[in-house]
Amino acid sequence: MNRQRLSLWWFVGTLVFALLSMLVPLPGVLEPFKPYWPALILLYWSLESEDRVTLGLAFSVGLAADLLNGVVLGEQALRLCALAFIALRFRSRLRFFPMWQQALAVLALLLNDRILLLIVRVLAGASLPPASWWISPFVGAALWPFLFLLLDDLRARLRIQ
Amino acid sequence: MARTRDESSPLFAGNAAGTLRLIVYLALAVVLMVLDHRNGWLWRLRYAASAVVEPVYRLAGLPAAGIRTVSVAFADRQRLTEQNQRLREDLLLANAKLNRMAAVAEQNQRLKELLDTQHSLELNVQLARVIGVDLGAYRYELTLNMGARDGVKPGQPVIDAHGVMGQVKEVLPTTSVVMLITDPAHAIPVVVERTGLRTMAYGSRDGDQLSLPTIPLAADVRAGDKLLTSGLGGRFPPGFPVGEIRSVAPAATGMFLVAIARPAADLDRSQDVLLLHDLAEPDGPPPPVSPMGPPADLAPASTTSAAVPATGGAPR
Repeated sequence: MNRQRLSLWWFVGTLVFALLSMLVPLPGVLEPFKPYWPALILLYWSLESEDRVTLGLAFSVGLAADLLNGVVLGEQALRLCALAFIALRFRSRLRFFPMWQQALAVLALLLNDRILLLIVRVLAGASLPPASWWISPFVGAALWPFLFLLLDDLRARLRIQ
Repeated sequence: MARTRDESSPLFAGNAAGTLRLIVYLALAVVLMVLDHRNGWLWRLRYAASAVVEPVYRLAGLPAAGIRTVSVAFADRQRLTEQNQRLREDLLLANAKLNRMAAVAEQNQRLKELLDTQHSLELNVQLARVIGVDLGAYRYELTLNMGARDGVKPGQPVIDAHGVMGQVKEVLPTTSVVMLITDPAHAIPVVVERTGLRTMAYGSRDGDQLSLPTIPLAADVRAGDKLLTSGLGGRFPPGFPVGEIRSVAPAATGMFLVAIARPAADLDRSQDVLLLHDLAEPDGPPPPVSPMGPPADLAPASTTSAAVPATGGAPR
């Protein structure tokens, strides 16, 4: 019981932490290198515990992110929904990929996410972003192995599901 | 690498239902986006949610604030002394300039009184602090620690020590969002200080520049010219520095000159900003005078009051 509650808190805590890190500002030079944290954490959980991550969860995390970011309501909800759907669909394959292939898959997912965002922004009348805007998915993919191992290790140490 | 057996595994049994759910959620998101983009009633939701959002902003701003505090705490004595010395010199210089300016300002005031205009040089400002929060959308926005409770209203100009930064775009109870002048969707009426040429300065996609795409071909504009607010449009008061022209080139269409300018304000370094309180006096025709006539309660109007005299009832 207690163990279950702890694992739930851990799950929620990582998601909240992802939202917070999305908001934390970086020095101007590093800004384009910031990965899209909510997507990475959501990906991790959709690979590791399928019964917790549903499309509804992705949608609500996205809505929370939209509220925090002050962008058009539903933008990140849409992106995270699409991401979670693809990840859940190919979950059983992604899980057994070697790490470098998994990182490539994550890169593809994050690039897809950026393309979705671009479509939404352009339809809403924003101008095209500068080229440095495309760096973030690559950073996210490069961080993926470390993030995955770190979270897995922490989970093993806390002995939670 | 993928095993074909996966295709028939129970994981893929719920495909149709999963896709349907995805479509429902995507449709929901699109509806939300359209409603929000069309400026529907969703801002109420945002306003209500700000009670939750604001503490999160403070929390997310903590690392930046912490780094600032630490850098002050661990700055060595010599650097602080140097900084103090520099600030002292700046203050002295500014004071000297002000003293010289005071006479001119007074003279200006007298002349303006003679001319019977209402413009004044006094500033009614409020100091606000920038909360270090990254708001995703290409970095054309700032968050301030003042909101509706401190009397901030949408449209208020925001300046720093060097020039105009932008205007308040959205107000929440205790924070507000500022749209910077470099936002591609922002335009500010400016005047070239040297020649008095009036034009518009738009934000640009690259984020740290202004572009002035509609300068007449014959106009005399050079790199190094200073841009001031012109006060047209009534949003920004006249005379504040906006930027400095860096380069001038003919437009691709050949009908105008295009100038690129650097904003005068420290858009990405300012931590304290000033909110201007008295909005500029609108230049233009005066507002229409409200129609004169007998007081409203004497007006012959709705059916009930018309019916009363007919039945001979006394007016209340």
